Amino acid sequence: MDFSDTREEAEFRQEARQWLSENAPTHLEESLASSGFGRTNTGDNDPLAEAKKWQKKKSEAGWACIQWPKEYGGRGATPIQSVIWNQEEGIYGRLSATFIIGHGMCGPTVMAYASEELKQKYLPKLSSGEEIWCQLFSEPASGSDLAGLRTKAEKDGDEWVINGQKIWTSGAQHSDYGILITRTDPEVPKHQGLTMFILNMKAEGVDVRPIKQANGDSGFNEVYFENVRITDDHRLGAVGGGWQVSLTTLMNERLAIGGGIATGYPEIKELLESLPLAGGKAIDNPAVRSKLADWHCKAAGLKNTASRAITALSKGDTPGPENSIGKLVAGSMMQDVAKFALDLQGLGGIMMDPEVAEGTARFQAMLMRSPAVRIEGGTDQILRNIIAERVLGLPADMRADKGLPFNKIPSGN
Amino acid sequence: MNFDFSDQEKLIRDQTGRFLGDNCKSEEVRRVLEGNDSYARELWSGLANMGLMATAIPEAYGGVGGGYLGLCVIAEQLGAHLAPVPMSSSIYLAAEAITLYGDESQKETWLPKLATGETIGTLAAVETVQEMTPESINVESDGKTISGTKLIVPDGGIADIAVVLARSTDGLSMFIVDLNEGAVSRTNVDTVDPSKNSASITFNGAPAELLGEAGNGWSMLQDIYDRAAVLFAFEQIGGAQKVLDMAVDYAKQRFAFGRPIGSFQGLKHMMADMYVALKLAESNCFYAAWALANNAADLSTAAATARVSATQAFQLCSRDNIQVHGGMGFTWEVDCHLFYRRSNYLTLVLGGLSVWENRLIESLSASKAA
Ligand SMILES: Cc1cc2nc3c(=O)[nH]c(=O)nc-3n(C[C@H](O)[C@H](O)[C@H](O)COP(=O)(O)OP(=O)(O)OC[C@H]3O[C@@H](n4cnc5c(N)ncnc54)[C@H](O)[C@@H]3O)c2cc1C
Repeated sequence: MDFSDTREEAEFRQEARQWLSENAPTHLEESLASSGFGRTNTGDNDPLAEAKKWQKKKSEAGWACIQWPKEYGGRGATPIQSVIWNQEEGIYGRLSATFIIGHGMCGPTVMAYASEELKQKYLPKLSSGEEIWCQLFSEPASGSDLAGLRTKAEKDGDEWVINGQKIWTSGAQHSDYGILITRTDPEVPKHQGLTMFILNMKAEGVDVRPIKQANGDSGFNEVYFENVRITDDHRLGAVGGGWQVSLTTLMNERLAIGGGIATGYPEIKELLESLPLAGGKAIDNPAVRSKLADWHCKAAGLKNTASRAITALSKGDTPGPENSIGKLVAGSMMQDVAKFALDLQGLGGIMMDPEVAEGTARFQAMLMRSPAVRIEGGTDQILRNIIAERVLGLPADMRADKGLPFNKIPSGN
Repeated sequence: MNFDFSDQEKLIRDQTGRFLGDNCKSEEVRRVLEGNDSYARELWSGLANMGLMATAIPEAYGGVGGGYLGLCVIAEQLGAHLAPVPMSSSIYLAAEAITLYGDESQKETWLPKLATGETIGTLAAVETVQEMTPESINVESDGKTISGTKLIVPDGGIADIAVVLARSTDGLSMFIVDLNEGAVSRTNVDTVDPSKNSASITFNGAPAELLGEAGNGWSMLQDIYDRAAVLFAFEQIGGAQKVLDMAVDYAKQRFAFGRPIGSFQGLKHMMADMYVALKLAESNCFYAAWALANNAADLSTAAATARVSATQAFQLCSRDNIQVHGGMGFTWEVDCHLFYRRSNYLTLVLGGLSVWENRLIESLSASKAA
């Protein structure tokens, strides 16, 4: 066991640090630091433009998507180098929020399934931030039950014609491309009739409509398809093999989301150490100490679990379903942290105005965004099912749709 | 970075696990639990023959000098098999105290014997049924002898020597006392986990030898507890993994309403939560093992973090394992209660959850101030 950098790791860290010290957008540091959870604050500058600018700069110097092969816009870095880079990039990494889905999920899927020609065509521009990608999976009638999706793709000569609707598509309003999962055969059991495509979001018949979220932001969208045409060379994987392809995406999703996931721990620790209560400082109250100790253990546990996963990764193991615990722990922890922080602020806890509320209303932002963490990318319940079935080997749920052709499955409406 | 045990350490873990699997079945634990023996003597000599007690004791004093990572994986296996042996008292506490604070002659006298298991040691601190504070220590020493009563001493009925916290003219100090010399009387006490011996010990002017600096006893105790906490935490995650396995196995076999109970989400999600608590604790234990082996600056924080999360994990897992087993889980015959008992014993024997939560916050504040 050894936590210190090896000589090569130390050299790599030094190289990254050196480049960052000369190139990082330091004028944004302060606003980025005060970003409320789920938001990227770039002060008076347009967040998307700043995000693209930083990504481009990194890309030109070989610091974008560093784990990807060089020919696709990366630098062929190891998993550990990638962790080191993230540590060094620090707060500027917040600028990359717009790219997480593209870089973390779409890119690896395209890399695994697209033709060489399409990889050359799409990946470098995805890496450099010139083009933004989204993930078109969930539908109104199929979120957790993703394989129950209905968006239709029908073959017409060398093309596919898409009709239907996706929902909750994060970033669709900014996106140039997306990976789209469709139903190509409704007469076979649901997992067998799916096919994955690369979709040009600017194609005729694609209609993106932002949805206003519970916290007031509009990060996700409805996306409608009316006779949208996709050429067959933009198919990812076999016809009917879409489920397999989606597993690649979802596995990478767990890694992308699970790694440095926010828990609210540093924020609550800072608050409790400084906040006065009637009987003294908050941190001196036994009930407060007990909660903080618990949260410390959870945050440390996630960090240490991630270190173990990285070690396994660097030895060539593939990340397994055990990585599901990150989001499961972090989501409800953050919700608890936010509630507790507000509870200690008296009536002031209800204020959302960042000018007045404690810490630019950071806990209020967490309160309002954390419910989504427990839903997006697999709900808490689905994650527990995954742990129970795929890690612990418990029997699968009894399913009402087992073996039925898709078009014979009860849908409740 | 390499955050995993080495192949060598994994080998020690597997060998220990296999040996315990053969020699520490539930009947062996129950023999002690039901009062037919005060500890598993043959098992203890078997472990001694494997050299396990000697693992972290320095070579110069009859040990293997193999370091703490090996001892951590051994502790995990002892916890998994509920081994009714005095490893924690003798090695994590007494041998550690003497290694850390003993003078040359004390180390030469005691460590080789502790390393072979022929001498069993323990640590005697607690005197009241309230939380232990410096003020609660009333056992007294004139520097040469010791008098007073330690209310509850883990493995106190079977130990040969004890490291004793007592009040001397300089304040609280540590002493080594040979329990087999006269002027010591012991009474076994009933506890939630009778598979581990516990006794109350009264000293009536028993000969005592100062260990370490006079007046420094309380702070020495904290350091000893920090280090031992890592090893106790490994016993706890060992036990937690075992009960999670028990629960999963039972849930696959037992049917109700025409299906395996393991297909009910109420139980699946409960076991998923057991798994999550265990994973977090295990990862924190890994980090603490590293901190212990390397005497890291953040050892106190790492130890308390491992201790708190391992306590939470073993308590949750042993409790919900009973739930998964239904009525069977509440019988004497099925092993669930053995783990439930041990989890609560391990929680309290080194200071309970709230004590360690408090220590964790103290160490976080201290490291911030430094
Ligand atoms: C902020 C945000 C961003 C998102 N971004 C994207 C995106 O970019 N692309 C994309 O494709 N999707 C995205 N999603 C969608 C997300 O993946 C789905 O919302 C999620 O998978 C849940 O599906 P659902 O909303 O249909 O809820 P449902 O599946 O209807 O779930 C409703 C409730 O039923 C429970 N439930 C369902 N099935 C089971 C079961 N088998 N066992 C136990 N309980 C069950 C759920 O846990 C939940 O509590 C996003 C969602 C959010 C909130």
